[in-house]
Amino acid sequence: MSHLVLEDLSIAYGKAAAVHGIHLAVGQGELVSLLGPSGCGKTTTMRAVAGLLPPTGGRILLAGEDITRLPAHRREMGLVFQSYALFPHLTAYENVAFGLRLRKVAAAELQARVTAALASVGLAGFEQRLPARLSGGQQQRVALARAIVLKPRLLLLDEPLSNLDARLRLEMRAELRRIQRELGITMLYVTHDQEEALALSDRIVIMREGRIEQDAPPADVFHRPATDFVAAFMGYDNRLDVDGRRLAWRAAQVPVRAPGAAPTAGTVKARSYLGERVEFLVATALGDVKGVAGEAEAPWREGDAVSLALDPACAAVLPAVSSR
Amino acid sequence: MSGRISWPALAMLVAALVFLIGPFVVIFVAGFSADETLAFPPQNYGLRWVLYLFTVEAFQRSFVTSLVVGAGSTAAALALGVPVAYAMSRFDFRGKEAVKTLLTLPLIVPGIIVGLALLQLMVLAYALPVTASLLVGHTTLLVPYAVRVVGSSLANLRTDIDDAAVTLGATRLQAFFKVVLPNIRGGVAAAAVLAFITSFNQVPVSLFLTGPGVSTLPIEMMAYMETSYDPSIAALSTLLVLFTIGVVAVTERVLGISKYV
Repeated sequence: MSHLVLEDLSIAYGKAAAVHGIHLAVGQGELVSLLGPSGCGKTTTMRAVAGLLPPTGGRILLAGEDITRLPAHRREMGLVFQSYALFPHLTAYENVAFGLRLRKVAAAELQARVTAALASVGLAGFEQRLPARLSGGQQQRVALARAIVLKPRLLLLDEPLSNLDARLRLEMRAELRRIQRELGITMLYVTHDQEEALALSDRIVIMREGRIEQDAPPADVFHRPATDFVAAFMGYDNRLDVDGRRLAWRAAQVPVRAPGAAPTAGTVKARSYLGERVEFLVATALGDVKGVAGEAEAPWREGDAVSLALDPACAAVLPAVSSR
Repeated sequence: MSGRISWPALAMLVAALVFLIGPFVVIFVAGFSADETLAFPPQNYGLRWVLYLFTVEAFQRSFVTSLVVGAGSTAAALALGVPVAYAMSRFDFRGKEAVKTLLTLPLIVPGIIVGLALLQLMVLAYALPVTASLLVGHTTLLVPYAVRVVGSSLANLRTDIDDAAVTLGATRLQAFFKVVLPNIRGGVAAAAVLAFITSFNQVPVSLFLTGPGVSTLPIEMMAYMETSYDPSIAALSTLLVLFTIGVVAVTERVLGISKYV
């Protein structure tokens, strides 16, 4: 049975609908990402699950129980905010202890659990620091410890890594995955970064304008995008109508060759040097196509004639655009 | 060097300071006069009039009234103003702009008019006792200060920490007391000091609301000056200035409130 179920969930801000009757099921111990551009309804959905925003329709079930009307403070979920949302007046230790103190956990157990939670995020020794004296990465770890120390029934993460620099983001990503595996926590992870979603998730739910476009494992979303929108979001820059079918290729799947060496002829419109490869924007009879060539074998400049290999065998097949 | 200040600017600065501080210096010096009448500069100096103050029963009684009214109306204004400021900073509701405008009214409308209106309402219509009507009247005046000062300190506080507290198991009320209030302590203290001083120095509204036997200190001072022209008023003013400076200095030292006002 699914641990978290959203049934026909709708949410509106004032009169504007933000989420339109979505269905979603998350299994016990699963890490599911809500992925999409800003304004797609992913954070709104997460806030409704947390109980911070009342849905206008539908139901939210947790472990079979209808929690749609349960107040946020009784949902026993953890929420890690993009901004960390640490309590500025409390030390790292007291931030983590906050939820336990509300639950009147005995002193000895409280100390053991807080210490263990801080250690599990690698912050042993930082107990007495105030948030203002912790780096962004450390604050994010405190926020994570504060949520997991309560053994939440569901852990919600709202773009938890987007305020960190690139190196730290990779490090925290691996750590999140490790903690999730170790504790077996069910997680709903909101992000706009497809790479992050691919690396972390068991399943990815791609949202657009308050609706779910695709709900599938990372490899499926990556190789078999269900819609034009998903394809575009997952980096399929070339989406073309070929022989009555809608096909999509990433730039990396389209080799650029000398004129006549490949079936599709074209003219270079733009050239960007990316190091090992060079990416070309090529005007063809099918429309503009992005393709690549190795650095050593790409002498062409803007205006030069080239040819492209658009191999239908490696393309993703999309439904016709009008069906959306 | 950017540290140098030009001569005309320095002259302006000195002029402004003299203009601001000058009257206080006159009062301060006159307060330590030992003459029979108020004159500047005094012929003789001494603590004669300072000591005299402590023998005037009307001053003592009205000082206590002022303290009680100041403390009471400050507490009431905070009890009303802090929740209003919190609601305005966290929630969008119908009529929010109207509430904002309404709250600036007592700051804009001349005190004389506010006093007259309160007199009509409380003394004439409801026949409230003097101290009670002073309390209510001053509270009305102070709520806008409380809302504004506390509101500006709430504006600097992240709004998501309340949500974080709630997801950790706190009710909205617990979230306010355990998370929001400790982080706006300085703002609340600043509002309290500002409100208390405003009430303590209030004249126009108190003028209408004081009645037989009960008066605030500023009103008592005005009444005294109508009949006597001795340096005791200067001595009292000096003590009040020192009292006010003391209150502000202590709270500034303890809580660092100047960043909120």
